[in-house]
Amino acid sequence: MTEASPPANLAERYYNYAYLDEQTKRMIRRAILKALAIPGYQAPFGSREMPVPYGWGTGGIQLTAAIIGPDDVYKCIDQGADDTTNAVSIRKFFAKVADVATTEDTSDATIIQTRHRIPEQSLKAGQVLVFQVPQPEPLRGLEARETETRAMHAYEEYGLQYVSLYENISAYGRIAATAGYPVMIEERYLMSPSPIPKFDNPKMDDNEAILLFGAGREKRIYALPPHTRVRSLDFEDYPFEVQSWEENCALCGAEDSYLDEVVLDDAGNKMFVCSDSHFCGERRKAGHSGPMAGHQLDQTVEGNTP
Amino acid sequence: MNAVANIQAEPLLRVQGLSKWYGHVLGCRDVSFEMRPGEVLGVVGESGSGKTTLLKCLSGRLVPSSGQVEFETRRHGLTDIYALSEPDRRRMQREDWGFVHQNPRDGLRMRVSGGANVAEPLMNMGQRHYGEMRRSTVEWLERVELDTSRIDDKPRNFSGGMQQRIQVARNLIHGPKLVFMDEPTGGLDVSVQARLLDLLRELVRDLGLAVIIVTHDMAVARLMADRLLVMRRGEVVETGLTDQVLDDPQHAYTQLLVSSVLQI
Amino acid sequence: MAYVSVKGGEKAIENAHLWLAEARRGDPSVAEVGVDQIREQLSLAVDRVMAEGSCYDPGLAALAVKQARGDLPEAIFLVRAYRTTLPRFGGSEPVDTEKMHVRRRISAAFKDIPGGQVLGPTFDYTHRLLDFTLAAEGLPPPAPAPASETPSSWPMPTIGSVFAHEDLLEADARSEAETPFDLTREPMSFPAGRDQRLQALARGDEGFLLSLAYSSQRGWGSTHPLCGEIRLGDVAVEFVPEELGFPIEIGEVTLTECQMLSGFAGSAERAPQFTRGYGLAFGHSERKAMSMAIVDRALRHREVGEQADAPVQDEEFVLYHSDNVEASGFVQHLKLPHYVDFQADLQLIRRLRREHFERLNPVQEAAE
Repeated sequence: MTEASPPANLAERYYNYAYLDEQTKRMIRRAILKALAIPGYQAPFGSREMPVPYGWGTGGIQLTAAIIGPDDVYKCIDQGADDTTNAVSIRKFFAKVADVATTEDTSDATIIQTRHRIPEQSLKAGQVLVFQVPQPEPLRGLEARETETRAMHAYEEYGLQYVSLYENISAYGRIAATAGYPVMIEERYLMSPSPIPKFDNPKMDDNEAILLFGAGREKRIYALPPHTRVRSLDFEDYPFEVQSWEENCALCGAEDSYLDEVVLDDAGNKMFVCSDSHFCGERRKAGHSGPMAGHQLDQTVEGNTP
Repeated sequence: MNAVANIQAEPLLRVQGLSKWYGHVLGCRDVSFEMRPGEVLGVVGESGSGKTTLLKCLSGRLVPSSGQVEFETRRHGLTDIYALSEPDRRRMQREDWGFVHQNPRDGLRMRVSGGANVAEPLMNMGQRHYGEMRRSTVEWLERVELDTSRIDDKPRNFSGGMQQRIQVARNLIHGPKLVFMDEPTGGLDVSVQARLLDLLRELVRDLGLAVIIVTHDMAVARLMADRLLVMRRGEVVETGLTDQVLDDPQHAYTQLLVSSVLQI
Repeated sequence: MAYVSVKGGEKAIENAHLWLAEARRGDPSVAEVGVDQIREQLSLAVDRVMAEGSCYDPGLAALAVKQARGDLPEAIFLVRAYRTTLPRFGGSEPVDTEKMHVRRRISAAFKDIPGGQVLGPTFDYTHRLLDFTLAAEGLPPPAPAPASETPSSWPMPTIGSVFAHEDLLEADARSEAETPFDLTREPMSFPAGRDQRLQALARGDEGFLLSLAYSSQRGWGSTHPLCGEIRLGDVAVEFVPEELGFPIEIGEVTLTECQMLSGFAGSAERAPQFTRGYGLAFGHSERKAMSMAIVDRALRHREVGEQADAPVQDEEFVLYHSDNVEASGFVQHLKLPHYVDFQADLQLIRRLRREHFERLNPVQEAAE
């Protein structure tokens, strides 16, 4: 190899725009259209092997790769935060292979890829939220066989799911599911919202944005077009309810956001801060503050603009 | 008896020329009969006589090679069940029928509590009030004479006889019109068997249920059934009212079956 | 101990990559291993990477082994991620293993078999004693093994053609589909055709298939296999370019093929016969090919009406869990942050614990 030859690992020299070849993108787009046409239905697709491991966002990455263009503005979050390692890694990937602008600003983004959260700020028409999904089958924990669960969806036989909720109430006095809480789409398909906390479930209902869910390892895509009816399962006398905290965000004082617990020392001290790092930062910029404003964490978040 | 009371009623089930072949091997051949609401039909014969094949064909679990099974469905009236779409047939099976297996493991979800097993058919029918379902479940556990304080125990913590009672409650709670029973007392001790049979007879009478019960045990047939089909080598060799068949068997095979039970 | 911020992922990732590169190189005073050395001297590692990476390229596989620091599943992953980006010109003609240039060929079914037994380069019958002379470097290369007095026959009849005149062994059924199922393009579907199954097994993890085959032999879904034939050698690959319309040879690949025989007592329609399980792998991968053949046969229980209650006979279980790139990724994704779900669980457990103690101690609670 001579000095003048390009570095062998430079992705853009060896791969197509947005990494996937155009035929693969078309195949994925067809699966997306099918999924949008039958909201909540898990459309099988020919998931490709990606340069990141299965379980690390291969489904979400393929969805993004299939829909992204140079004019898009891309945001990627994990656990609600833009600066978690895997989110950083995926954002860098698309900055490199798709030559797009990236942002941490929820309202500026045209495509938001996420793992485990829906941003606190409402999404708008024209935005696409791409979920990374480890296990697309909401019934898998109750029935291991794909051949069985496919039949259950086909025949709309969801008794087993209700049995599990019933058992929860008998055992714990409440429905104990906390994340990945199953939802019913347009009163037809039972769907896993991916492992988002149930706190985020109500945000899916009647959302203005397109919600796409990609499971790379399990080779399934499902989707919610704008304004889809999404109902979290419950019983009449044990209605669905979301998590709430006695504390407010220690940094921005928010009362209505999903909070992360941060352990401060080994003496049991802790603080609660917004899981959505952009939401929290915006509030602080607007002058809101919580009981621990000025804490070390406060600066890191604000100082972290790429 | 119910059968007498309903003799004028429209048939609940009408079977015509039902045959099932497994390749060259005969399962059952040319079975025809009608059943009215509230009637208890016993299918008797030794093992290999085709009674299990017949039960599977009747209950929508095995497509017959020829013939028809018509049932008085809630949505479509008297209809060939194999002409229904699969979703419709499965819905009818959930809503209108019950099926009590010989082995409770085949009829219960062993990983969920007895109470949830009993309540599940209500959830399948769309009930969404936990408290009400819990109340119905307790009522049904009482009816099948189980300790209601054990409602949240898993089936494996119950004895075989008690598991069978859970299965019975699970198959009756949603108010089916027809219940299939496959040797429901088959795996049990004699004393446990007798108590369960008494209970079944009482429930069937009180609820006015139509039942098809398959058994090789003539004593069970005598106790439960209004009418009998005697099967041998895949064919029905004799039918009639239970007392008539058992007290005055016409076919040589029936005579043999009846005499073998008398010897015990 | 005070809280340390976990923010600043970008810098951390960069530094970790630098450290990884350093660790990969090891002690710089020791000479760097060359890709050609790996290809020539760790050839069985290279073969496994090609087989499970589903990409026949010894040079690329050797590079992957080097980059992965000898971690073969990681090397397989590298090759797969590369392979998936390659343009596809088409599918080759089926290779004809009867026309293999055989380096090794044995049958446990017959003492003498047309074409003969050829032992070839095998670990079999070596004594597994560490050879300390290998630790000394710079030794002259071993003397070439003496050539056979009789050249091995070509074509070398397969076990299928040995049996052909008697119908004792089931014939190979050609798939009805024009092009075989391709798992790298289509998702798994059930019931799986044999093409889908064989492809999944060929790509499947050697260790997983070995354990499944072993479980079958020990009685969990036994098919009483007998090793009809194993052959190793090079076969020509032919391709029909559209513009020519006839096949041309485009290269050679080394393959290991295994045919396992199992008895079948017959049914109403079928006469008693021997049935086969089939194994095929890139390179010299005997353990893999044999395991694959046993598992393939075990999964054919429906065709011969065998009772199926062992894990190895469960198509969904075997096919969904045999891919080590999928398995490794999903197991290891547990390393990714799960703060959000953990927070939700934490809340619930705290609440349940509070209720638990309230139930145990209602009086004290009331007094407070």
